Amino acid sequence: MPARYFEDFTVGEIFNLPDVPVSREDIVEFAEQFDPQVFHLRDDTPITEFGGGLIASGWHVCALFMRLLDDGLLLGSRCAGSPGVEHLKWQHAVRPGDHLTGRTTVVETRAWPVDPQLGLVRFHHEIFNQHRERTMMMDNAILFARRPS
Amino acid sequence: MNAYDRIAVGDTHVFGSHTFAAEAIKRFAAKYDPQPVHVEEQAARANGGLRASGWHTASAMMRLLVDYFDSLEARARAAGEPYLVSGPSPGFDDLKWPHPVYAGDTVTYTARIVAKRPSRSRPGWGLLSMTTTGVNQEGKTVFSVTTHVFVETSK
Repeated sequence: MPARYFEDFTVGEIFNLPDVPVSREDIVEFAEQFDPQVFHLRDDTPITEFGGGLIASGWHVCALFMRLLDDGLLLGSRCAGSPGVEHLKWQHAVRPGDHLTGRTTVVETRAWPVDPQLGLVRFHHEIFNQHRERTMMMDNAILFARRPS
Repeated sequence: MNAYDRIAVGDTHVFGSHTFAAEAIKRFAAKYDPQPVHVEEQAARANGGLRASGWHTASAMMRLLVDYFDSLEARARAAGEPYLVSGPSPGFDDLKWPHPVYAGDTVTYTARIVAKRPSRSRPGWGLLSMTTTGVNQEGKTVFSVTTHVFVETSK
């Protein structure tokens, strides 16, 4: 399949991303390295009004999402990086045994004044678990090379 | 005065520094973000060299943040003083990656409290917002984000 350039994205276009299982080992391994809060490491945390038990670090969910976006879209594109993330919400905890998938919608495409060889595509990303509960959503812009004329 | 009441907008906290080794950049990216500029030194050379995934830069910040607040808690416990109890985070805004983090770069992360308010949906909890900036060894800003976290107002 030919690589996607900036010109190949249209507003309203939807990409269904692949899916990934999340194991207890994955959650603890990420947390030990990057987010060693007790509720990302152990099951026996006190129950609060936010719930209890082992939950994945939100940054782990971001990293898992990135892999889905790479495999589902970016590795087949002329991606040139991202300036950042406008908004992100963690809406539902990710727990051991969950199975995540995602959906990405093109919100806007526009020129990138910093570099005329690139264009900017704004996306709305959503991550769901196996019960179709939305665990995370994010508004993010990604740069792509323009098709050589 | 409890720990929540002691927090003031404008307070700054230096979380510390992290050096991004090439091997660590590749290991993170191989698992979570296998774009060529993060995993292949040869391919990255044309673009200034191997660079960390933006999520690696963010995750390294989180580790320093957790260690920093753990050390504040340990010090407060030892002194018999109240300490902040945090819950989950509803999310963040305005995450920016303005400059690449290259292999060998050292990034220092500093946070500033930008907002503090009682939670409307969770009685007994407040929502604390802080803007954390990552600056490399040349003084260039490579990362910033405004995160939000629930904290107990009675502790």
